Amino acid sequence: MMDTDELIKSLAADTGRPVAPLSSVWWLAAAASVAVAAAVFAVALGPRPDIAAAIETPRFLFKFVVTVALALSAFGAACALSRPGENWRAVMPYLAAAPVLIIVAVIAELIALPPDTWSAKLIGDNSLVCLTSIPLVGIGPLAIFLLVMRHGAPTRPALAGAVAGLLAGGIAATFYAAKCTDDSPLFVATWYSIAIIGLAVLGAIFSNRFARW
Amino acid sequence: MSGGEETELAGLLRAAIAGDEGAYTEFLRQAACLVRGFTRTRIVRGGIDPEDIVQETLLAIHMKRHTWRDDGPVLPWLYAIARYKLVDAFRRRGRRVEIEIDEIADTLAAPEAESVSDREVHRALASLAPGQRSVVAAITVDGRSIGETAQDLGMSETAVRVALHRGLTAIARKFGRQ
Repeated sequence: MMDTDELIKSLAADTGRPVAPLSSVWWLAAAASVAVAAAVFAVALGPRPDIAAAIETPRFLFKFVVTVALALSAFGAACALSRPGENWRAVMPYLAAAPVLIIVAVIAELIALPPDTWSAKLIGDNSLVCLTSIPLVGIGPLAIFLLVMRHGAPTRPALAGAVAGLLAGGIAATFYAAKCTDDSPLFVATWYSIAIIGLAVLGAIFSNRFARW
Repeated sequence: MSGGEETELAGLLRAAIAGDEGAYTEFLRQAACLVRGFTRTRIVRGGIDPEDIVQETLLAIHMKRHTWRDDGPVLPWLYAIARYKLVDAFRRRGRRVEIEIDEIADTLAAPEAESVSDREVHRALASLAPGQRSVVAAITVDGRSIGETAQDLGMSETAVRVALHRGLTAIARKFGRQ
């Protein structure tokens, strides 16, 4: 029968091999996932043809404000959730930044536009492209982040996976926003959200099986 | 949680991660005592041997020591691992654990697996591949050093270290991934 002292001896004998600190693994993963997303975007999507003109318009630019806010806040939360004993609850409120931004933009849009144009703006031209492109660009980053979660030690594996999905979705949406010609906040709030939440659900399901330790 | 204990443990763990075996042994001994106290007060119903939780927590600490921020506190990290392992042990045995429901909601959602019984680390040892088992057993059960084990088994020290590491990793996985 193995007693605890003997176990301790064997664990101590197994020290000595260097372990990469988790924070550097996270930064590496972030860089790798942006590279993967950029590659998939370049090959499969590419920017919209009128991007030079679009950059002049606030609605187009605002899409990036929202998606980058989501990616940054989710990165902080994902890092915290990957470590035992970390106060992840303290960083969760930042995740509200992107939803709050888009809700404010939706309200502004509803005020700015006459009601008879609302449904056309919401439905847009590319909802199916949006629903497929964001998961397509985001699936690689999600896989990378789930590997980091597995390497880490999330005490809430499902929640950690969901946040990893939001992070992957934020990165994917940032790239896809450059391709997408629907710039109305009504469209973004609807279709981007569905695609990103899809990645979050996927992340939660896989993480719950795959990132247990 | 005294500040002195925290500082001492942080110093030991920092030295351990840098490769100091003696500091690591001392750290794990103190950690075992803390976790033992933690689990004994929380296991109110029978069916789980607190020492199993202590051992599973020590293994998890070892496998996940890179998740400690070396400028952060040790005790919250250590107790979070112990709590996770305790909840996980109850989950695997298909029982409810009598600690804050808030802490366990996420973990309980997982699919359950077959139940496992007494002195789990020892049982897991028996299920290792023969090569790994002889190395892990020599070091843990017979108390051999890496060097002695290498001589006895006619292996290089590096090979012994690799086999030990893989064996311990396999044991740790048995607990987490079921």
